[in-house]
Amino acid sequence: MQLTGAEIVIKCLQEEKVEFVFGYPGGSVLYIYDELFKQDTFKHILVRHEQAAVHAADAYSRSSNKIGVCMVTSGPGVTNAVTGIATAHMDSVPMVIISGQVPTAYIGQDAFQECDTVGITRPCVKHNFLVKDVRDLAVTFKKAFYIAKTGRPGPVLIDIPKDITNQTCEFEYPKSITMRSYNPVIKGHSGQIKKAVQMLLDAKRPIIYAGGGVVLSDAAEKLTKLSHSLGYPVTNTLMGLGGFPATDKQSLGMLGMHGTYEANMAMQNCDVLIAVGARFDDRVIGNPTHFAEVSRKIIHIDIDPSSISKRVRVDVPIVGNLPDVLDELQKHLGASGGKPNSKALAAWWKQIDEWRGKKSLKYKQGKEIIMPQYVVEKLYEVTGGEAFVTSDVGQHQMWAAQYYKFDKPRRWINSGGLGTMGVGLPYAMGVRFANPKATVACVTGEGSIQMNIQELSTAKQFRLPIKIINLNNRYLGMVRQWQQMFHGNRYAESYVDALPDFVKLAEAYGHVGMKIERPVDVEPALREAFTKHKNDLVFMDFLTDQTANVYPMVAAGKGLSEMILAEEL
Amino acid sequence: MRHIISILIENEAGALSRVSGLFSARAFNIESLTVAPTEDASLSRMTIVSTGSDDVIEQITKQLNKLIDVVKVVDLSEAAHIERELMLVKVRAAGKDREEMKRIADIFRGRIIDVTDSTYVIELTGNGSKLDAFLEAIDRSLILETVRTGVSGIGRGDRILKV
Repeated sequence: MQLTGAEIVIKCLQEEKVEFVFGYPGGSVLYIYDELFKQDTFKHILVRHEQAAVHAADAYSRSSNKIGVCMVTSGPGVTNAVTGIATAHMDSVPMVIISGQVPTAYIGQDAFQECDTVGITRPCVKHNFLVKDVRDLAVTFKKAFYIAKTGRPGPVLIDIPKDITNQTCEFEYPKSITMRSYNPVIKGHSGQIKKAVQMLLDAKRPIIYAGGGVVLSDAAEKLTKLSHSLGYPVTNTLMGLGGFPATDKQSLGMLGMHGTYEANMAMQNCDVLIAVGARFDDRVIGNPTHFAEVSRKIIHIDIDPSSISKRVRVDVPIVGNLPDVLDELQKHLGASGGKPNSKALAAWWKQIDEWRGKKSLKYKQGKEIIMPQYVVEKLYEVTGGEAFVTSDVGQHQMWAAQYYKFDKPRRWINSGGLGTMGVGLPYAMGVRFANPKATVACVTGEGSIQMNIQELSTAKQFRLPIKIINLNNRYLGMVRQWQQMFHGNRYAESYVDALPDFVKLAEAYGHVGMKIERPVDVEPALREAFTKHKNDLVFMDFLTDQTANVYPMVAAGKGLSEMILAEEL
Repeated sequence: MRHIISILIENEAGALSRVSGLFSARAFNIESLTVAPTEDASLSRMTIVSTGSDDVIEQITKQLNKLIDVVKVVDLSEAAHIERELMLVKVRAAGKDREEMKRIADIFRGRIIDVTDSTYVIELTGNGSKLDAFLEAIDRSLILETVRTGVSGIGRGDRILKV
């Protein structure tokens, strides 16, 4: 069958069973858009800025484990998309990005809307391709989807010059693909797994440290089962929330810079640590030298060998796909006939309960000013813990992570690695496309929301009933918090002046706007938004305490157990 | 510690920048990097000389392996190996210096491959320290130009890097 390059692009997306393409047209992708117009197997979602297209595709993937696809034009289309691509890359999200390029003969000539897309995106993709021959197009798509999804997932970009999309060739979509240079490890080394089982059984003060890999690989159920059969405490990273039920009695909550007292203390004082799909990053373990001062045995399971022994020396490395490795661990645990040391474990839990007694997340809600934590707690109650929650980046992100208890994976969608402000609203859009009946809340702040506020228009066009929870403290709160704590209260450029009237703004876009100023109104307003306005996008502007800080806090460069607690201030 | 890392990589456009970009992005050292196609035209072989602690070198090999186009990575310096580098030196060779320059080139088993009334181009092969020693041995003021290829390396005996 002879097809044009543009037709091949569409066919490949159909072969990959793509449901949505998030994108924005432009000169270099016109042939592709022309073919897109003629088909109805998948839907194109027109955003208002390319960055939002990538974020939406990213959240579509995070909330469903399908591959998110987006399409942008050459030059500024690509450069606008870069933040989104880097965000997905840092959090290992499988995505395929299609970018237009100027015609082959123009490449390198400083043509209109030309940029070195492959060069610009190289450091922030898992892999990228420049298609120079229409006959390579189909196999490139096959490879791109394969690479994005397998191994440690990530975004893959395909750059297609305009002339390629207008040339014809015989089309056949490859059934399968093998690459001599790319063979991710699936099965864990059985010797190492046996060693790990013994180490776990010998533990006196064990902890299970579960990261985003658990969510990404759909290993939450298996991890929960293993944790229950051991009876060991579990802490989740910011990216791992929902990978183990937050309401489970074995859960210590989130660890790290803003983790709970009990999670950080247990992490620091354990004798055996099993890291599952986590990477010991700086926001999680604090100062690595301080962390290493305690001698503990570390087991580390990860699909990416380069994540192992990168920041922390590991005793038992296990490279493999988490669900497979967890199955093997469970099997060997059963076969060994061994039991955890119940006496030591009881003493360990007693210690942990003492740490829990600190109640490190407590705060005071008075009658006058709304506390941001209170809004998130009420959001949790009103939605019955069943909502998909997206967030932007800053204080509100940490409060959402601390106070919304995620019991299921893929419900908490945020930019953990890159920390990209402006993801919240496009993330909520992507979630809703992947889960058309779901309740979707976007917890944000007045700083972040304005970084992609134009997407209120997209949300109107596609009737997306997102609930925007704007924790408005008139400050870039996390910046203000650091300035207060580490820069002598000099609030350089962190006060946000001339804010828009968000209610009117929401209404101007055709949505419902609410302004909530008193604590007593928080819950009724949320109930109204989630029931009466179930089918509307509601922009809820909560005026919150301007001086609230996120606690506990491990200051940058400090050790994990050197926390600043709210009560100490 | 100094390590010589050999890589087989798909011979595709941009392969070199994927490797060099990785080194700069992750703040790894490159002392030298050489690359050329192998007898199998679909593969290029790179030799990178880098320095770093064992942890850093472990990360370098892991990160290189993670690149999609990289087929194989070997740390040659882990076992017996041979390293060679080629240097071309253009020197002033006039009057009393002319004979002396030829004599030193002979001592280092160098070859004179271009001759004018006043200059020689000397070709020299060896490991890095031999080339350094040659440059030390001749009068610095007579050196007009030097060019070195960077290190190429290969394992001794049965150690073979092949797909």
